[in-house]
Amino acid sequence: MDNLLRFRDDAAHEEPAVTLDAFVDGQSNATAVRIEPGDDARALIPMLDRLALVEVGFPSFRDGRGYSSARILREAGYTGELRAAGDVLVDQMPFMRRCGFDAFAPDAPIDADVLARSLDRYDHVYQRAADDAVPVWKLRHG
Amino acid sequence: MKLLTGNDLPTGDVIWWTGSRWSRHVADAVDVRDTGETTAATEEAARRVNGPYVIDATEGPDGPRPAHIKDRVRALGPTVRPDLTLKPDDATAIAQVI
Amino acid sequence: MYKYDQYDQAIVDARVGEFRDQVKRRLAGEITEDQFKPLRLMNGLYLQLHAYMLRVAIPYGTLDSRQMRMLGHIARTYDRGYGHFTTRQNIQYNWIKLDETPDILAELATVEMHAIQTSGNCIRNISSDQFAGAAADEVADPRPWAELIRQWSTFHPEFSYLPRKFKFAVIASDEDRAAMRLHDIGIQLVNRDGILGAKVFVGGGMGRTPMIGPEIKDFVTADDLMSYLEACLRVYNRYGRRDNMYKARIKILIHELGADEYRRQVEEEFAQVKLLGIDPPAAELARITAMFADPGFDPAASDDIDRSDPEFAIWVDQNVKAHKQTGYAIVNISLKPVGGIPGDASADQIDVMADLAQRHSLDELRVTHAQNIVLPHVRKADLYTVWSALTDAGLASANLDLISDIIACPGLDYCSLANARSIPVAQKIATRFASPERQRDLGELKLKISGCINACGHHHAGHIGILGVDKKGVENYQLLLGGSGAEDVSLGKITGPGFSEDGIVDAIERVTDKYVAVREEGERFLDTYRRVGMESFKEAIYG
Repeated sequence: MDNLLRFRDDAAHEEPAVTLDAFVDGQSNATAVRIEPGDDARALIPMLDRLALVEVGFPSFRDGRGYSSARILREAGYTGELRAAGDVLVDQMPFMRRCGFDAFAPDAPIDADVLARSLDRYDHVYQRAADDAVPVWKLRHG
Repeated sequence: MKLLTGNDLPTGDVIWWTGSRWSRHVADAVDVRDTGETTAATEEAARRVNGPYVIDATEGPDGPRPAHIKDRVRALGPTVRPDLTLKPDDATAIAQVI
Repeated sequence: MYKYDQYDQAIVDARVGEFRDQVKRRLAGEITEDQFKPLRLMNGLYLQLHAYMLRVAIPYGTLDSRQMRMLGHIARTYDRGYGHFTTRQNIQYNWIKLDETPDILAELATVEMHAIQTSGNCIRNISSDQFAGAAADEVADPRPWAELIRQWSTFHPEFSYLPRKFKFAVIASDEDRAAMRLHDIGIQLVNRDGILGAKVFVGGGMGRTPMIGPEIKDFVTADDLMSYLEACLRVYNRYGRRDNMYKARIKILIHELGADEYRRQVEEEFAQVKLLGIDPPAAELARITAMFADPGFDPAASDDIDRSDPEFAIWVDQNVKAHKQTGYAIVNISLKPVGGIPGDASADQIDVMADLAQRHSLDELRVTHAQNIVLPHVRKADLYTVWSALTDAGLASANLDLISDIIACPGLDYCSLANARSIPVAQKIATRFASPERQRDLGELKLKISGCINACGHHHAGHIGILGVDKKGVENYQLLLGGSGAEDVSLGKITGPGFSEDGIVDAIERVTDKYVAVREEGERFLDTYRRVGMESFKEAIYG
């Protein structure tokens, strides 16, 4: 995991992630699960307190299902590490952060300078998401 | 014959492989035979072309003639705006594309 | 109309900087074309047949003279002196350079314009009724709702990598002037017991598999709108097909699930999303709505029109529509001169229209999905002056909704997706039917041409539709009859075997001759077709 980027204060989770099926079957004592684009993230909701890490696979950066999975988990109250893994590129990371991802395991290394510029680019957002950003309509009306 | 074509990355211009460089004129294009893919990969990696691909063409009296009308339109310009094509003063150019 | 505050401006300015950075990285080879392509598409930049093409957003088709002049400036400075107005109320430039695009976006940002999300698998321009704010039949101006949706959808972090593009249309009248039922989400504002709300249709679209959007929500108020749309999009993002790009639009999902099941899934998601506090307060819609208040009409404006000039009178009858305010009228400017390129306007013509808007239309213009321009608020007393200026600029064709008012995509002359050229066909048809008297006799006849199955020319919604195909390397044209994008929405049916370029023009003439032969009093072509049926017309076409 040479390319791992984390935006959390706690230590990185070392234990390997099991598949959703394995986790939901309850056969595993795993605290880390990996979900693929076609998996239903809501299946994890009854068991969120068992999880320290949810890894969301991005086999192709064009497949946007992982963004919904991430938000659904944050909306359900998940506070553990939410990691985007795979074809994760710097230009998608700001949106991923807004959807609740706080860790990234990209296949290829991310340029730190480009990432810093990208994350810092927008002072304002139009809509609420899974992050703390206050949408413009709230700034306008309080 | 086979021609290698693509677009110039910064300008978007349609370009054709001449054997040693890229030209905006299909008349300068060479038959790449089966070397097209290799040249495409090298040139794209060097960013001297964007999105290269190989097309079929026949030998014409004025140079290579792309086999498909789409590539002939690419080679000349929009048939409905002769003034914006590569041959604005050639009255026969558009008829040859079609 | 909407005016940016510091937040809107900051967001657009940041976007310019972001794209400038992305272009720099692409030119330096730090990102590949495959990685860059979605980024440039989300800034409206295509790589087309001859060059890069930039599609600039004109939100719900509304702009002022300052913005229109900027569009002319872009055409002159960065392109080849003209622009093309599109079937989604945007403008396209065909000869753009990648390395100049950040500068273009920077200039656009100085007049509150951009090219954000005019392409890509994200939410596109929100289109609307070109007569909004001027038509008597609207329950309210639909554009404040369109603006609310525009902001919500801009850089939406969850919905920027959808299975496919996503198009909204918002109208506020029973008459559908925006082809609302043929959008991924179509919204009609309605008044229910004194409360303004919206009917929501989901799953319309053209392209390979045209479908009319079924009603999914009978009534949603502004308070719930964002949550409800969030739920609609989330279900699509999660379950829309990603295995086949020709089956990836939401219409396919709704067709496969069935409208009832899709509705159920959306309601389930809506129940969750509603609790998240993502809906703006009523004050936000009120703030936006205030910007769309009536623009200071003169209550004493004269309601008379001097019709003594016969050419002027013809133009008034064909191109000028009734305005809700006494003394005013809605002017339709045709970008379809016979033999011209449908939807194209030169930089000079753009400037003329900007000036006319500023002087005679309370500084407002609209772009229609039929690729024409509207001056929405013209005093009747000024119509003659406006018409004279339009005549001088070649913009006074009195052919609104007539057979020469053709919608045509750019086709194989410009577009790398096309299979056949569409513009020459439009030109030949218009020329065949050039006689103004003949056109007026044929009456309302909406003819739409697409150069490929993607249907950007809306051929499925044409009273007469033409689809260009590639038949063994030769351009061939299929003929469709009976489509409509209005409130009497219907999808055109193919008549039979296709035609050559000259053949299709002859075929259309046989169709119109048949119409003239069998029509009854007051029937448009579409009405006659619906009454007598396809078989009768097939006989006329194929003999």
